[in-house]
Amino acid sequence: MGQKMLMKGNEAIAEAAIQAGCRFFFGYPITPQNQIPEYMSKRLPKTEGGCFLQAESEVAAINMVYGAAGAGARVMTSSSSPGISLKQEGISYIVGAELPCVIVNMVRGGPGLGSIQPAQSDYYQSTRGGGHGDYRMLVLAPSSVQEAVELTQQAFDLADRYRNPVLIMGDGLIGQMMEPVEMPDYQKPADLPEKTWAATGWTPASDRERAIINSLYIDPAVLEKHVNHLYEKYAVMEQTECRWQEEMTEDADYVIVAYGTTARIARSAMRKLREEGIRAGLIRPITLWPFPNAPIAKAAEHAKAFLTVEMSMGQMVDDVRLAADGKRPVHFFGRTGGIVPTVREIITQVENLAKEGK
Amino acid sequence: MALLTIATEICKGCGLCADVCPKKILALSKEINSKGYHPIAVTDQSKCIACAFCARMCPDAVIKVEK
Amino acid sequence: MAVVYEKTGILTDTPLHYCPGCTHGIIHRLVAEAIDELGIQGKTIGIAPVGCAVFAYNYFNTDMMEAAHGRAPAVATGCKRVHPDNIVFTYQGDGDLASIGAAEITHAATRGENITVIFVNNAIYGMTGGQMAPTTLPGQVTTTSPYGRDPALCGYPIRVSEMLATLDGPAYIARCSVHDVKHIMDAKKCIKKAFETQIAKKGFSMVEVLSSCPTNWGMTPREALNWLEANMIPQYPLGVKKEVE
Repeated sequence: MGQKMLMKGNEAIAEAAIQAGCRFFFGYPITPQNQIPEYMSKRLPKTEGGCFLQAESEVAAINMVYGAAGAGARVMTSSSSPGISLKQEGISYIVGAELPCVIVNMVRGGPGLGSIQPAQSDYYQSTRGGGHGDYRMLVLAPSSVQEAVELTQQAFDLADRYRNPVLIMGDGLIGQMMEPVEMPDYQKPADLPEKTWAATGWTPASDRERAIINSLYIDPAVLEKHVNHLYEKYAVMEQTECRWQEEMTEDADYVIVAYGTTARIARSAMRKLREEGIRAGLIRPITLWPFPNAPIAKAAEHAKAFLTVEMSMGQMVDDVRLAADGKRPVHFFGRTGGIVPTVREIITQVENLAKEGK
Repeated sequence: MALLTIATEICKGCGLCADVCPKKILALSKEINSKGYHPIAVTDQSKCIACAFCARMCPDAVIKVEK
Repeated sequence: MAVVYEKTGILTDTPLHYCPGCTHGIIHRLVAEAIDELGIQGKTIGIAPVGCAVFAYNYFNTDMMEAAHGRAPAVATGCKRVHPDNIVFTYQGDGDLASIGAAEITHAATRGENITVIFVNNAIYGMTGGQMAPTTLPGQVTTTSPYGRDPALCGYPIRVSEMLATLDGPAYIARCSVHDVKHIMDAKKCIKKAFETQIAKKGFSMVEVLSSCPTNWGMTPREALNWLEANMIPQYPLGVKKEVE
């Protein structure tokens, strides 16, 4: 670990990416993620082999990512909700062509142009694929600047391991706030597969097959086989990549489920509730896909109820209900449009559940 | 002495080669290839001057020209 | 006997899927011959479009990528930035390049992106069944302009080469045609020149090739080439539009 620095979330993510060997960044300005491309534009030209390019649109940016990833590079793009919508076409192609890359979404309020304040209303889009076709992305949701740094570096390894894009789903708050952070000494895992599939130039004398980076499988039987292959990878991800944090769930009557910024607020609420004598606990999904069903299923054995808190009208709550499998009621509290829920609001929600014996 | 070798199986019988042949020695065959096309055929090899106009016009790289 | 002419090994042996008499095959061959003659096979990475040439990755015997519709210049940009010493080309039709991909081609050109673009203009959407393209001529009948393209309703065709030649970024832009052997030979020179421009790291190069679509124009291959010469060349004048020494 290096020196402790005070860094803005967006800048810390950008630096972590460079430390993890990302040398190519293609992006387009949109609030509240602009510090990522700005930081990259400063650092990458001064980094050996580095290239920052401001694209003409988010659509172009994600397709530049496709080209750079297909050429075998570690590459990243970042945006915020409306821009991520524009990138969906390219993301679908990237998944289809099995290219590794890292995409950052600093989510803002929607729909439409929405607001520039923090939100979590892109959960469905992030965890259900987002673009057209059968696919998934690994979705990592940091709740602190330090965690954003660590997850960004892991994201590059995960992307390379599975040949699949990895999405860092933050929100305006994670991107904009400053926190002390230590840059880990990044070590690339020794067992990552070689990118023998990348387009680098080929002749019949080359010791590999001719590279064809492609997502078109015109024969339905061949496409079905390809999609089955993608889903075999997803099954491995579900087995091995679920990440979450649990706090005080062992004896909890009320388990709050929240991620990202909301989880920080929920943690404060949980501690206050404990002081009041209400046995509250917290499950914080770190991977939004694959979703950590296991801790929720376990808590459903003893808890009275779940309260899912989101900065949306309720999206992750569907996954919590699926995980709880009808064993316990799953309640929801959310603020949307860029409003951040308060500690007091969450406490009141749980107090009411306790009062009503729900 | 010139020789045209025609890959009849990949010929689509578009006839563009016949149009540009200055000696008019190319014509669609009465035979049908496995794709269902009448492939191009040489009617009089002895008149070929190996100008390769046919090969340069062919969209399917069907014709090899030797001299 | 000496070989006067034969298929270059830069084309694979996969039979082309194009319709009989479609000039895509000629243009593929010219691109492949240029790569062959310049000895750059081992450095070349091609980017295929969406449209009739979507399967180009099956035909060019080089590393290839298949791009989303219109995005080939962006994909080529990402690839070229990673491998600046490789030779990167896109192969795009008029719907792909001049309509949905108008932003990507314009910005790749103005950046002076050191790539080569082969732009096949046949004034129609071929793969989807003959719909109106951004390059469809006024009055031309297509399946979405059944009464002929009416400029009052849907505007005028775009002269992409002239438009991009106004930018400072491009190093070489030319328009040529493949309607007869002489023009095919000229087109070959232009395509080779475009690759040489990239090899010399002069910046963006593009060759627009006027092409036919017998199937969707409803003509025989020969009639289509005659129509191209008579109607397309007046709308799209041939020649070098920009050349930076």
